Amino acid sequence: MTSHLFSTSTNGETHPLTWRLREDRGYVDLAEFQQKDGYEAVRITLRDLSPDDLIENMKTANLRGRGGGGFSAGVKWSLTARGDDHPRGYIVCNADEMEPGTFKDRMLMEEIPHLLIEGMILAGYANNARMGYIFLRGEYVLAAERIERALSEAREAGILGSKVCGSDFDFDIFLHTGAGRYICGEETALINSLEGRRANPRSKPPFPGQSGAWGKPTVVNNVETLCNVPAIALHGGEWYQALSGGRSDDGGTKIFGVSGRVKRPGLVELPMGVTGAELLDMAGGMRDGLELKTWLPGGGSTGFLLPEHLELPLEFGAIGKAGSRLGTGLMTVVAHNQSVVSLTRNLEEFFARESCGWCTPCRDGLPWSVKLLRAIERGEGEDGDIDMLISLAHDIGPGKTFCAHAPGAAMPLETAIKHFRHEFEAGIRHPAREAHAEPIPVGSV
Amino acid sequence: MTMDTPATGNTRASKASQGNLIASVGRTDDFELTDEERSEIEHEMGHYENPRAASIGALKIVQKRRGWISDGAVIAISDVLGIPSSDIEGVATFYSLIFRQPVGRHVILVCDSSSCFLTGHDELRDAISSELGINLGQTTGDDRFTMLPVCCLGACDRGPALMINEDLHGPVEPGDVSALLERYS
Repeated sequence: MTSHLFSTSTNGETHPLTWRLREDRGYVDLAEFQQKDGYEAVRITLRDLSPDDLIENMKTANLRGRGGGGFSAGVKWSLTARGDDHPRGYIVCNADEMEPGTFKDRMLMEEIPHLLIEGMILAGYANNARMGYIFLRGEYVLAAERIERALSEAREAGILGSKVCGSDFDFDIFLHTGAGRYICGEETALINSLEGRRANPRSKPPFPGQSGAWGKPTVVNNVETLCNVPAIALHGGEWYQALSGGRSDDGGTKIFGVSGRVKRPGLVELPMGVTGAELLDMAGGMRDGLELKTWLPGGGSTGFLLPEHLELPLEFGAIGKAGSRLGTGLMTVVAHNQSVVSLTRNLEEFFARESCGWCTPCRDGLPWSVKLLRAIERGEGEDGDIDMLISLAHDIGPGKTFCAHAPGAAMPLETAIKHFRHEFEAGIRHPAREAHAEPIPVGSV
Repeated sequence: MTMDTPATGNTRASKASQGNLIASVGRTDDFELTDEERSEIEHEMGHYENPRAASIGALKIVQKRRGWISDGAVIAISDVLGIPSSDIEGVATFYSLIFRQPVGRHVILVCDSSSCFLTGHDELRDAISSELGINLGQTTGDDRFTMLPVCCLGACDRGPALMINEDLHGPVEPGDVSALLERYS
């Protein structure tokens, strides 16, 4: 079952991520990948470019992390401890796609895993890594099969292993499959999990670039981020940055998508800065009889936006200014007849369940918010509950915990109350009003 | 000679008492790894800087054949990896796809994240519940199915979605449930 694509293109200069996908949406094997310029970027880079050249290219490209964090991949790479004083470390691909509403990395890994492998080899070269790990969530069974197949094809062809493509660079990749838990997608929790520990995030600093997996310099990048690297290496950072020309300062294209009660949910590769309205249009709009009430721009840990925000460019800056986050860039749309209180309760239940339990504000605060939301949903909220929710959202916000799990949970909660406070108020029980629930007959007073 | 005999005897006695001690803390199911399991775990260890990193992989290797992780399995894995069984237990109880109690022959993972919630998760879950007579976290009396919630399955364009064993299904309407479950005997 492949995801629907709103539109496709075979132009590698405009659609660096998806131009090689097959019409039948099957697996792009090594032969076909190489016919379509596959591994050219590795060959040319290892021959002609230094790691620093590649990092400069990445910085110029302004490729911002596609896993939802939005941190510049080039800057991240430039901060990795490299050189004779440091051991060779690891490239870890974060393929633990579990952000509610996000289904883009699955497509890339199922259909074109060679693109990811090529990106990881380049990342390994730039960051002086000796090995790569793909940390794949356990439920992605087909992706695991396809990645293993691509890895063995690449090894047999001398693209992985000692002397990659005949160069002096040695690099291999190992597929590590997980065993559940959303928190594994947090980069330091992911490293702990890779090391065979409970996936509790680590305190930072040190950042993984200094001391990551087994204490070695480690770069953790999302699947889609790494899939962009080959084209940047081949065509240059300026070309990549200009792909979004005029629409956004964030470089390049991105896999956007739409889910929820729309006519045709799906994915599409478009330049950064496309609007939510354009995407919703491509998805055929809302299903018949439904109207758009609100939407999440990029997963469960982003803030609710209103229909009027559909005209904003989908890029990190503009969506941030509107009080949300671009996140993974896959919109979840919510219809007019959906209770925002119930949806917020669903989101907070998710975050409460998935908290690793290490930091008190997250471990205790999230279940508390669920308790209050359930009461409001049943119409049994008490006076002060809404203020308590707002105060909880503040107390689990940025800086209070090791990682961004709780702040991510706070964002939909805060924005739901900000935009739809009346729905929350409707769930507060008013003892005074209940006492007069029966209409008072006119003239009897 | 006369000195050696009691010493040997003592050693035997102390080994036996160690065995009893372990039995008293949980090795009650006479668990032994098969040669195949052991060699798969050892192969897994070679992919990382140290054996500990293979702990999740080892749990998955054992669970693939046994369906779940018993106390004996925790101890056996800790023996192979050379790390404390309490560490294996910590890992086994942390991850949602490692089962520390028996599950049915087929495990249903029902996605309850936002996109599936918006497209009918509650109705789907209720349809499965009434078809099988179990709630989330429970196993049918005939050990055929266990139903569990799961994080976003990355099938948001096909919500409401679920997985049965390694098969992804979606969208699954409440009316489809009966025929779908029939396929898993």
